[in-house]
Amino acid sequence: MKMEIPKEEHMGPGHLACAGCGSPLGLRLALKALGKKTVIVIPASCMSIIVGGFPHSALGVPVVHVAFETAACSASGIRASLDMQGDTETTVVAWAGDGGTFDIGIQSLSGAAERNDDFIYICSDNEAYMNTGIQRSSATPYLAWTTTTPVGNPKEGPKKDIMAIMADHWIPYAATACIAYPEDLIRKVSKAKEIKGTRFIHLLTPCPAGWRIASNEAVKVARLAVETKVFPLYEIEEGGDIYTITHQPKGIPVEAYLRQQGRFSHLTTEQMAAIQENVDRQWNRLVGRCEGRLH
Amino acid sequence: MKKVVSGNKAVAYGVMLSRVEVISAYPITPQTTIVEELSRFCAEGEMEAKFIKVESEHSAMASIIASSVTGSRSFTATSSHGLALMHEMLHWAAGARLPIVLVDVNRAMGPGWNIWTDQTDSLSQRDTGWIQLYCEDNQEVLDTIIQAFRIAETVSLPVMVVLDAFFLSHTSEIVDIPHQEEVDQFLPQFEPQYPLNTGEPRAYYGMVPPDYYMEFRYKMQKAMEETVGVARNVDEEFGRQFGRTHGLIELYRCEDAEAVMVTSGTVTSTARVVVERLREEGVKVGLLKVKMFRPFPMEEIKEALKGVEKVGVIDRNISFGHGGIFAQEIRSTFCNEDERPVVFGFITGLGGRDVTPAVIEEVIHYTLNKSRPEEEILWIDLKR
Repeated sequence: MKMEIPKEEHMGPGHLACAGCGSPLGLRLALKALGKKTVIVIPASCMSIIVGGFPHSALGVPVVHVAFETAACSASGIRASLDMQGDTETTVVAWAGDGGTFDIGIQSLSGAAERNDDFIYICSDNEAYMNTGIQRSSATPYLAWTTTTPVGNPKEGPKKDIMAIMADHWIPYAATACIAYPEDLIRKVSKAKEIKGTRFIHLLTPCPAGWRIASNEAVKVARLAVETKVFPLYEIEEGGDIYTITHQPKGIPVEAYLRQQGRFSHLTTEQMAAIQENVDRQWNRLVGRCEGRLH
Repeated sequence: MKKVVSGNKAVAYGVMLSRVEVISAYPITPQTTIVEELSRFCAEGEMEAKFIKVESEHSAMASIIASSVTGSRSFTATSSHGLALMHEMLHWAAGARLPIVLVDVNRAMGPGWNIWTDQTDSLSQRDTGWIQLYCEDNQEVLDTIIQAFRIAETVSLPVMVVLDAFFLSHTSEIVDIPHQEEVDQFLPQFEPQYPLNTGEPRAYYGMVPPDYYMEFRYKMQKAMEETVGVARNVDEEFGRQFGRTHGLIELYRCEDAEAVMVTSGTVTSTARVVVERLREEGVKVGLLKVKMFRPFPMEEIKEALKGVEKVGVIDRNISFGHGGIFAQEIRSTFCNEDERPVVFGFITGLGGRDVTPAVIEEVIHYTLNKSRPEEEILWIDLKR
C-alpha cells in the first residue's frame, strides 16, 4: 500500500550531523509522524550535537537536553507536568542513542517502562558510542571493530536483545524500525502515537564514520541489515503477547551485509559463518514468537 | 492549627501547603516517612499532585528537573547516599536555573552503614549551585519549605532544606500549621520564566561553547549573591504574615561575649541551653546559629562577630584533609579583615553520636581558656 509521507517539516536542514548520518533522517521522518505538538527529550548522544547548540535549534518543536542516563525519567517528569496542566494532547518523545538506552540509561528506562509512563522512547541505534569516537556499547554486534574492541580483542558477546527486555516490561507497544524503510517507520511512529503508556521504538541508524562505510551508503547498508535478517522489522503488542513481522526479509546471506563495512573487514570466513549462525538463531526465535503470524 | 508532628511530617505539611504539583522520590532511611506521608496525601486527595515513584534518587532528581522546566512546582526528598547519587543532577538543576526544593535529612555516608545524623552528605554538595538552609526545629522545617519555594522562584536557583536525622526527622514537637489560604497568599502559583510550549518551541540546556559558558556561570553567582537579600526579605514577609521569623543567622547572648560558639542544626538547641546556664554563672559566652550555608552570608557574619576575640565552631561534618566545613567558611569570611577572631574548629557528633550539654560545655571552656587552638582540628568526645 502506498503511503503519503507528510510534507510538513519539523527539522531544519541546518543541523550538525556528519555527512550521511542515519540519525537525522530518522528524527526528521519520526517528527513528520509526530507533528508539531511534540516535546523531544535528548540525553547525551550524537543528537545532542546534531540539533544544534546554544543559541540555535534545528527543531521546530521544543527540545529538552537531559543528562546521559535520564532520557526515560525526564520524559516521565515532562509527562507528569503536562498532565498536571491538563495538556493531554502533546506527545513526549525521548530520543536516545544505543549507549543511552542499552547501557547507562537502562535503569531509568526500566523504571519508567515498569510504571508504564506515557511517552514514546526511540532508541537511535548506531551500535557504538559514536559521539565520543566509536567505543563499544552493549549494542555493538558480535566481533565488530570499535576503538575499544580492536581487531586483536574483539567484542565476544552478542548484542543485547533490547526488544525482548522491553517487551518483558509488559509495555503496550514496541517495534523495530529502520531508516531505509520510511513508510514502515512512519506507520510505526504514528501507531505508537495513538497508544497510551510506554512505547518503545528500536531504530537502526547507521553511522558512516563508525561503521566504516562511505557517506552515501547509510541507507543501502541499513537495507541490507534488514534483508539479511540481521535487523528484522517487527512489532510487539499487547504487553508482549503479539509479535508481528512487518517486512518479510529476503534472507540474503549475512556476508553481503558484513562485506560492505570496514568495521567487519577483519572477519575470517569462519567468523562470518558464526555470525550467520547467530542471525539464524535470532530469526528462528523471532519467528517462534510470532507463532506463524507473517504480515 | 497546632499539631504534634515529627520533622518529616512537618516536611510533608510544608510540601502540601506549598501546592507542589510534581513529586518524585525514592525511599531511604531516615527520609522515608516523608515519602510515605506525601504518598498518602496524594492517594487520599488531600494533595493534587503527580507522584512519580522512581527507581533511584538519580531519576528522582532528573524527573523533577524535567517537570520543573515544563512548568510545575516540583519537590523531592532524600538522605545521604541518595543525595550523593543525585550529585550529577544537583549540578544540572542549578545550571538549569530551576526553582526545585529538595529536603535532605542529614545522614552519615557509608561505609560502614550508618543511618544517624551527620552533615557531610549535604555539605559535600556545597559547590553544586544549590542554596542550603539548615533547620533547628520542626516549626522551622515547615516554615522553611514554604519560604524555600518563594526564594527559589525569585532567584531561579534550587533550594536544599536540611534537617537532622532522628533528632528532627523522627522527633515530634508542637508545630503551628498555617492555613492553606494564608500560604496561598504568601506563595503564589509558580510562573516559569521560559515555559515549555509547543506553540513557541525552545531548546533547553543544549551545548554551550566557551563563548557563552562563563557568562551563564557568572549569572548563577550573581543570583546567589542576590539570594541573601531575597531570603531576608522573604523571611521578614513571612514574619509579618505568620508572626514567626527564623533569620539567615541568629545571635544569642552575644553581648560582651569573649567567645561565640557557631552551630547549625539541632546542636544549636542544646548549645542555647548551655549558653544560657553559663551566662547565669557569669561566663561571657554567646551563640551564633548559621541557618544559611549557601550562599554563605559573609557580611551578616562579619557584622555579628565584629569585635569578638574567639569563635568556636562546632562541626558535625568533616572535609578530610582539612577539617570542619563550617569552620573553614568562618575562617575564609575573615581572612581579609584587619580584625579577625581566632577560630577554633571543633569536630564532634559524627555519625549520630550525641552532642550533649557536657560536650558543648567542654567546647566552650576550651575556647575561653586557650588563647589559640592547640590543633587545627579539635576532636571532642573522641575515643583515642
